[in-house]
Amino acid sequence: MTILTNKADKIDRLAELTQSTESVSGSSLWREAFRRMRSSKMAIIGAAIIAAFILVAIVGPMLAPHGATAQNWRSEVFPNQGKFVGMRGENWFGLDHLGRDMFSRWLVGARQTLLVGVVSMLIGLIVGALVGVLSGAAATLGGKAGQRVDTVIMRFTDIMLSLPSLLLAVSIAAVLGQSLTTVMIAVGVVQIPIFARLLRGSMLVQGGADYVLAAKAVGIRRKRIVLTQILPNSLSPVIVQATLSLATAIIEAAALSYLGLGNPDPAVPEWGVMLSQAQRFFDNEPMMAAYPAVGIIITALGFTLLGEAMREALDPKLRG
Amino acid sequence: MSLLELDDVKVHFPVKKGLFFDRTVGHVYAVDGVSLSIEAGQTYGLVGESGCGKTTLGRAVLRLNDITDGGVVFDGTDLAKLPGEEMRAFRRRLQMVFQDPLGSLNPRQNIESILSEGMAAHGIGKDQTERREKIKDILAKVGLPSNALSRYPHEFSGGQRQRIGIARALVLEPDVIICDEPVSALDVSVQAQVINLLEELQESLGLTYLVIAHDLAVVRHISDVIGVMYLGGLVEEAPSDALYAGPRHPYTKALMSAVPVPDPEVEDRRERILLHGDLPSPANPPAGCRFHTRCPWVQETKCATERPPLLDTGDGHKVACHFTAEIEAGTVKQTLATGIEAVTGTETVAAEAVEVSEGETEAPAADAPKKEPATVPAQADANAKEKETEAKAAEAEDTKKETADATETEAKAADAAEEASDATKKAEGSPKA
Repeated sequence: MTILTNKADKIDRLAELTQSTESVSGSSLWREAFRRMRSSKMAIIGAAIIAAFILVAIVGPMLAPHGATAQNWRSEVFPNQGKFVGMRGENWFGLDHLGRDMFSRWLVGARQTLLVGVVSMLIGLIVGALVGVLSGAAATLGGKAGQRVDTVIMRFTDIMLSLPSLLLAVSIAAVLGQSLTTVMIAVGVVQIPIFARLLRGSMLVQGGADYVLAAKAVGIRRKRIVLTQILPNSLSPVIVQATLSLATAIIEAAALSYLGLGNPDPAVPEWGVMLSQAQRFFDNEPMMAAYPAVGIIITALGFTLLGEAMREALDPKLRG
Repeated sequence: MSLLELDDVKVHFPVKKGLFFDRTVGHVYAVDGVSLSIEAGQTYGLVGESGCGKTTLGRAVLRLNDITDGGVVFDGTDLAKLPGEEMRAFRRRLQMVFQDPLGSLNPRQNIESILSEGMAAHGIGKDQTERREKIKDILAKVGLPSNALSRYPHEFSGGQRQRIGIARALVLEPDVIICDEPVSALDVSVQAQVINLLEELQESLGLTYLVIAHDLAVVRHISDVIGVMYLGGLVEEAPSDALYAGPRHPYTKALMSAVPVPDPEVEDRRERILLHGDLPSPANPPAGCRFHTRCPWVQETKCATERPPLLDTGDGHKVACHFTAEIEAGTVKQTLATGIEAVTGTETVAAEAVEVSEGETEAPAADAPKKEPATVPAQADANAKEKETEAKAAEAEDTKKETADATETEAKAADAAEEASDATKKAEGSPKA
């Protein structure tokens, strides 16, 4: 008897389940990509590095054992005579040429580096994406006039791409004058044509897809087709590019600082600035350059790993 | 007045070249003058081989392609000349089901979003709740569970995806649905389901279909009227049964002869017309009759110079061929120069020689064409009226298999029998004479 009621219960439960089918929710492409990324070692390592970097950037100044700009040990270093202080209990990374604690400078410098990297990447991403959407939308749905608009925009980005990126950044920095904002703008502008071309190309591919034709056949307005059909399907390469270009942006910002076009206040630590300062004393104290360099390399590696993992996760061919 | 009328529709795609400025260097004549009309509630099947322009025509009706010339009159309105926004409004009444069920669904939208977007664009339903109810209705009609709403296209099977595609068209309550190869991407077992679904929906909702397909069986099953397209133009149009029972255009004959018969004996005996050569490029279509380069019955000059109009040959059976009556009556010869091969007999372009299996040395003599018309009684079919050579080749069942060209024939014939050789040479000469 008990078995029977059990059975009845089971049947009821089954009926319930089949009735309450509303709760079944589908998995969107992004959700699935995220699920795949969680099981990817590359993504986890990349994300861990980035998380650590962001953490250092946020709390670093609080953790710094000494003042980042205080020349506490000025009397102990004699750069002219090649006398430096390396690692020791008090100063983990040693001292720089002005007797400042390198470890504190490194921790504090992370914030500036992250700021430069993220802001300049965002400048490139936002402006580039706007240009790309305009161009892509004009090319796919704008008819003949649209194609002309697209051609003009694309020739312009071609011109920008044909200039060596560092040269372009240096010229922009030279025109705008030496400041942190200049560095961000200069590095960001270099990224604009890359994002614009990438998004436009991706939109062109999607614009020819059957579902766009279907949306047109259904009678959806062109603006809406761009926003709900083409754009969401074109974004994944751009997002991957964004993570990858964050690494480039940090390195390029460092290069600008290295060339003396960075933050005019040399006292504010930044990894690129630190690297350029260390260059003068590379013969005597190579470690001075190693700390910021390793910081930049590891951070760039983190973003690259995450970007690559994202690219793989978003690849529609891998969808199961 | 038919619900949908196409009047001399042309779709030409410009071919562009140029480094800085696009110069138009030519056109691809994808659709070149198609006129047809579809009655309300009817199913019009459009068949033809790949590249003949049937899909382009279907898309042109919806103005998904620009129409170069001609009119698409839907319910009294010429769509070809409508400005964008008005055309958009008309799209509610003319819907399309696409060939690739997955490709035609946005992978990032769930089913509810896909289906409700069109409704929102046309102002159907006050709010999302109302639309959802409507969508659930339609989903039930096409045989999908209502829990499909929140799922994404990749989570469905091929057949289900095509049902979603059909549902997308149906939520707008259209009058006409253009089905572009609706089942060709599906498994055979699922094809029947989808076809039956389309038929059921037509019955219950009074839909009008334009079905584009290359599968002759599918088209026959679903269509009331069938139009056969070749290289951008209609070559034949007839009620479904009439077309299958007696195709009149040479191209249709060839097309129909390719359909296997599910009876091994009939299958062995039936005559197959194998067309030679490829479909000519639509960028440079042949002058005159588009089919004359491959037509087994091509005649001197007229076929190559004058494009035949689509004319009614009785009972609504329209054919675009100069020699329909003559071919029916058998008064024109099959000019082998373009090449025709019958399974039963053998003819080739070069030789027009009748080669007989060597074991039957007697046969060629008996069959010897031209010389001895007395052998003709054996061939008491329509072919008899054609040149004896061809007739024999097509009909004579004992002369199965080998295709031979002149040299081969002569060589073999020399071995086999002198008579045969003679006959061959004469046969060779005769058509030219």
